Amino acid sequence: MNDTSLPPSPTRRRLLMAAPLVVAGGAGVAFWRMLSGMSRGSFDPHDIHAPALNRPVPDFALPDQAPGTGFSAQDLRALKTPVLVNYFASWCIPCVAEMPVLNVLKDRLPIWGIAYKDKPEHALGFVQRAGNPYARIAADRDGLTAIDWGVSGVPETFLIGPGGVIRWHTASPITESMIANTIMPLADSLKS
Amino acid sequence: MTTSFLRRGWVMALLACLLLAPVVAIAVDDPSEMLPDPAQEQRAEAIGAQLRCLVCQNESIEDSSADLARDLRHVVREHVAKGESNRQIMDWMVNRYGNFIRLKPPLTIGTLLLWVMPLLALGIGIGVAWWTFRRPRASTPPPLTDEERRRLSDLTRTR
Repeated sequence: MNDTSLPPSPTRRRLLMAAPLVVAGGAGVAFWRMLSGMSRGSFDPHDIHAPALNRPVPDFALPDQAPGTGFSAQDLRALKTPVLVNYFASWCIPCVAEMPVLNVLKDRLPIWGIAYKDKPEHALGFVQRAGNPYARIAADRDGLTAIDWGVSGVPETFLIGPGGVIRWHTASPITESMIANTIMPLADSLKS
Repeated sequence: MTTSFLRRGWVMALLACLLLAPVVAIAVDDPSEMLPDPAQEQRAEAIGAQLRCLVCQNESIEDSSADLARDLRHVVREHVAKGESNRQIMDWMVNRYGNFIRLKPPLTIGTLLLWVMPLLALGIGIGVAWWTFRRPRASTPPPLTDEERRRLSDLTRTR
């Protein structure tokens, strides 16, 4: 009857009460997504987003690293199917950790390795102990090719699409969920 | 009272000294890295001081002793010796490592938003406050009806 005389109308009051809750809820959902992305490997706050994405690989030609054969930018640009290029080093612990996963992946997607700033005999020993997941292995002894690729450390992995174009990049060790959720779906889409 | 004030003064002075002490870190740890031409070396150091070491992430490549920082110093010196401009060298680095490599980020929409965010938040706050407090006063309550008047006088009488 005399509702109009009440200063704050109930709907407005409810709206004002809901506003902070909506904001807090939104922030909560955003944080949850971020954290679940971190555990799945799809979001890495330390990743320096490689501006190299969707660009052809830079010019380079690297010598052989036993037991594999070296490769150059031309080799990657001549490809018709995707390959994974993986920078590794014998002195890098996360590289050891990702080897079992790479050994499983190699049957579905060829992996080309680049030994980063490593002694040839050390890199050879590392690859042999790990069970060699690489189809080809090149040696980047002075680390300057890696800088041209925007590599900031090892391991770092690039998915190279047909024509030698960099399609995906990670600066963290490869995990099984990364392969299932990101790498293989992307590689399959690049094949067709 | 005065002693504690004095002591605090000392602490403040010490803090100020620490903060204002010029950071004269010896940039390059190996003299063989340096360019023979002092003018070129100075330029390379100035460029390097603006580039983030991507391993330590909060040091410039001139201050860092990480391996990657040494390689990046070498690359910078190569480019300087080739006679490239500061701008060209900076662009070369940003092309490979993104704006993250610049210790002084460029003014983009993202960074601009970061700077004006406090002002924006204040503006939004003032707007909300204005909207909340202004409206109730704008509407004056309608005069009391006869029945309400009667109830009011009843209530005041019983008291």
